[in-house]
Order: sequence, then C-alpha cells, then structure tokens
Amino acid sequence: MPRIFAYIVHKGGVADDSAAELAAAAQKIDAAQSPAAVVTGWGPDLDAVCESLRASFGEVWKIANEALAYPNAELVRKALVSVLPSGSIVLAPHSHFGTDLSPGLSIKMNAAYVPDVLDIETADGAALKLIRQEFGGQVSAHVRCDISTGAVITIRPGAFKPVQSAPAGGTVVDKSAAVGALTCGRRYLETIAPETGDVDITKYPVLVSIGRGIQEQDNVGIAQDLADALGAAVSCSRPVVDAKWMEKSRQVGSSGQTVKPKVYLACGISGSFQHLAGIKGNPFIVAINKNRNAPIFRVADVGIAADILAFLPELTAKIRQS
Amino acid sequence: MEILVCARRVPDTSENEIEMNGAGDDIERDDLVYSVNEPDNYAVEEALEIVERTGGTVTVVTVGGDDDEEILRREMAMGAKNGVLLSDDDFNGADGRGIATILAAFVKRGHYDLILTGVQAEDGAAQVGGMLAAMLDYPFASLVNAIEVQHGKLKISREIEGGSKEINEIDLPCVLSIQTGINEPRYVGMRGIRQVASIPIPTFGAADLGVDGDAGPAAAKVKRMDYFTPPLGKGAEMLEGSTEAIVDSLIGLLKAKGGLN
Repeated sequence: MPRIFAYIVHKGGVADDSAAELAAAAQKIDAAQSPAAVVTGWGPDLDAVCESLRASFGEVWKIANEALAYPNAELVRKALVSVLPSGSIVLAPHSHFGTDLSPGLSIKMNAAYVPDVLDIETADGAALKLIRQEFGGQVSAHVRCDISTGAVITIRPGAFKPVQSAPAGGTVVDKSAAVGALTCGRRYLETIAPETGDVDITKYPVLVSIGRGIQEQDNVGIAQDLADALGAAVSCSRPVVDAKWMEKSRQVGSSGQTVKPKVYLACGISGSFQHLAGIKGNPFIVAINKNRNAPIFRVADVGIAADILAFLPELTAKIRQS
Repeated sequence: MEILVCARRVPDTSENEIEMNGAGDDIERDDLVYSVNEPDNYAVEEALEIVERTGGTVTVVTVGGDDDEEILRREMAMGAKNGVLLSDDDFNGADGRGIATILAAFVKRGHYDLILTGVQAEDGAAQVGGMLAAMLDYPFASLVNAIEVQHGKLKISREIEGGSKEINEIDLPCVLSIQTGINEPRYVGMRGIRQVASIPIPTFGAADLGVDGDAGPAAAKVKRMDYFTPPLGKGAEMLEGSTEAIVDSLIGLLKAKGGLN
C-alpha cells in the first residue's frame, strides 16, 4: 500500500475539523500504517498546528515558507509536488480549498483523482473501491480508483467520524528546504467579510427555509406568511440566492450562514451536503418536498411529500385559526 | 478577449427525479430530460458580458456525441459565436482526466485568453477546470463569483466559507471555474435557437487532436462501477394521509418541539 498523506487545513494556529476526518479516512484505507500529516504555512501559527497534530499522526511534515502564509492553492500545489513522494495517496477535504488545490495536484503528481468521497469500501495495493454521490445526493455510486501511480482524494466534510485512539506521539519533520522559491500567476489580495442583511437568520429559533421548490420570486410571500404566523424568519438554500430572489445573508450552508435553530422547516429544499453543513445544533427538521427521493428526507425528523406551493398556505391558514 | 467556455449536456435534475432502474445497476434513463449543465450557463453569460465590455469572441466547446450539439446551439443562441464538438468513439468512458486531456489538446490548437467552466456538473466532481489548467500550466481559480478585467490580468473574487470573498489577481491566460449566482444568465427562446440552427459546428476527433489512447477508457484511472440507492440514514418519519390530517399532525409536532407556541 502506498504511503498516505493528509493535507491539513488550518487557521489561526488551529487545525480544521477535517484533520481528524482525514485521519479516519486514512485508517480505512490502511489500518496498518500511521498516516503522515502535511502542513504548509509560515510562522508561529504553523508551528502550533504541527505540534497539535503530533497526537494524531505518526509524522507531521512541515513546509514553512513565507509565500505560504496565506494558503494560495496554486502555491501549495507547487510546494506539495516538490515534497511528496510520487505514488503517494494524498487526502484533502472537499472544501473550497480542497477543490481549488486537488484536481491540479493530481495532474502534477500523475495520480488518479477522486473527489468528494463519502466512504472507502475496499482497499488493496492496486485499487480502492470508494463511494461517492451524484445528482445532488439523489443516488450513490461505487467508484474504482487505480492507485498504481498514486491518488489524490478529497473527503466529504462530516462523512468520516473521527476515531479515538492512543496519542500517536508523532514527530515533526521539517521539509521546508525541499521547496524552492514559490511564485505563481495568481496572487491573493484580501478577504472580504459578507455583508449583513436586513434579517439575522442566526438569531431565530424557528426557520422557514425555502429552496428551488419555491419556483419563483412571487412565491416567497407564501413562506413569509408561514414565518409570520410562526414568529419565524425565512431563510433559503443556494438556488434561491442564485436566482436573486433573496439576499445572500438569508442563505444557509457552507458558503452562507451557519444556523442553530430549534426547528427547521426545509421547504422545497433537496438537501445538498453544502446546505446541510450550515445546520448545526441538531434541530427538529421538517422536510416538505414533492420528490420522495430528495436527500433531505434522509436527515429530516419528519417528512411530507407535497408541493410546498399548495401545502404551505394550508399550514399557515390552520396555524392562524388556532 | 478570446474566451473558451467548456460546457456539458447532463440529465436535468430540476426536470427529473433521479431513480434507480429495475435492474438496480444504473439510473433509470428512459424519459430523462437532458439540458445544459446549469452552472455552465453562468460561465457562458459571464463570458458574453466580458466580451460586451472588452471585445472578442466566445467559443463554447463540449466533449460528447451528436446529441450534445443541442447544448452548443443553446449557448450559441445566448450569444456565443462558435460552437465546437469534440467527438470520437474512443472518448466514451473517459474519466475527468481524460476529458481534460481532450480539452487541453483542443486549446493548444487555438489561442484563448480565458477559459471558463461551470463550477461542477451532475457528478459533483468539480475537477475538469483545475486539471485542464495544470495540463496547460495556466493559473487556475475555482468558485469564482466576480471578474474584473484589468491589463493582462483579472481581478477575481472566490466564494469561500461563510459567504466571505477571497480576492485574487490572476494572470492571463488562465482557467476559472464559475460559481452559480455570479450573474443572471440571459433567457433563450425557441426563436433564438432557430436562428443558430443551421450554423455548422466543427467536430474534432481523437486523431485530429492527437490524443489517441491518452483520453479514452483504457487510460482512465477512475471508473464508476455502478449506481445504488443511498442508505436511508436515520430517515424521516413520513406523514401520510389527507392534507388536513398532515397539517394537524405537523402542528402538534411543532408545538411539542417548540416551533409553535
């Protein structure tokens, strides 16, 4: 089995939650080996992260370079290509950074690439049998990946449960010298925080959340009527913002707001993993969707197979009566 | 600016519920409605808006078969000047790397300042743009949600976690994957599609592109073996019966869970 490396995303000296998930995925590929963490960055933050990772990884490969102080995926890729042995298996989170880095990394390492993996079913020295999803999670698929020249694999956030194990007592190995001067055709300038909207959906214990099933802007009022009757706010999923029917500040998901309501009514929302990533605190989820195969029904507490445009007004009317 | 947009024809998930077939080894393909991958419309719209500001032309390319011509014509009806089909029996079963190899070979035949893809297609892989850039040694950025054209470079915004925007500058030529919501793709009517119906669409095969054996199933390191119904997880308790009965039980549940006082 090739050597397994987990690329660790970190911020402010703290490793991302994905670090433990990658360790769990590595163990599923090969329980016999202690995977290595590979960490890029600069300064005290990098040292702090490397130190913390010694507990869960047998080796921590540190790549310190001032150009990597901000994780520009183009530069990280170049650094990894100079450091990682060819034929390795490289794991990274399927996040905005992982999808920026990994496809190109697989080409430069001449390795297979499998994105957004949910599980690893079998693994031998020649191939992995992996599980992915397609069509927004409506169906799953088995994928065979030839690892004879290595592989780059991105892992669905939240899909692998971190494993509790004895401290690995790993060593930090400084690989910085193997990386030369780093330049690329893409330069990071700044990060701009999101604009705040008229309604702060993170403050509401009850959310009426709408998705593509609302069909047109004029129908948003149907959800607002229900929200008014419940004393709730209207939030939404990505397609509603893409269509400009609601402000970005109303979007729940990994690229929008993270909410922790008591009750979440998902109305006409299919339930992509990016959307579900924004719902925390284990709320009571009611899903209303006319597609019985919609992935949202797999995570909801209660499901109703109905067209929201017909169902929501009936619900609102009954609540107002009582 | 000369802009190439890579597009793909996919089963339209807004028109279809994707289900397993009777044999349980593939999705049910009878009666599937196909359309252009929705994120690709945002990429084409962005290309058209850039060309309206700075001049140049938009070319749309796809890897596929004769059926895929329809999405090229749709994007031409939006305003793309050229459509190109990369088609060969040897391309069937290509993996993401294979598709990128075919596209890279096509890109090298011409001159493009900017190459755009949609953020992802129905397989959720989001891979071809980044692979193509690496093959061409062009800079790449994913999840782009704003583009400003500057001298010999672009100022772009990437959508990162929590709705924050990561601002970068990127040299031309480059490859960008375009996030949905970056613009409002223009409407295409039947009349528009009729107007481009007779424009010839050049087709290139494996030999024309010089990719014999590099891009087909034999070269594919990644193969989908089957589809299957995802495990149910905890699974929702489905409320069944008349709408009135469902509404009553839901109101009871909302009261119990603190959703209604």
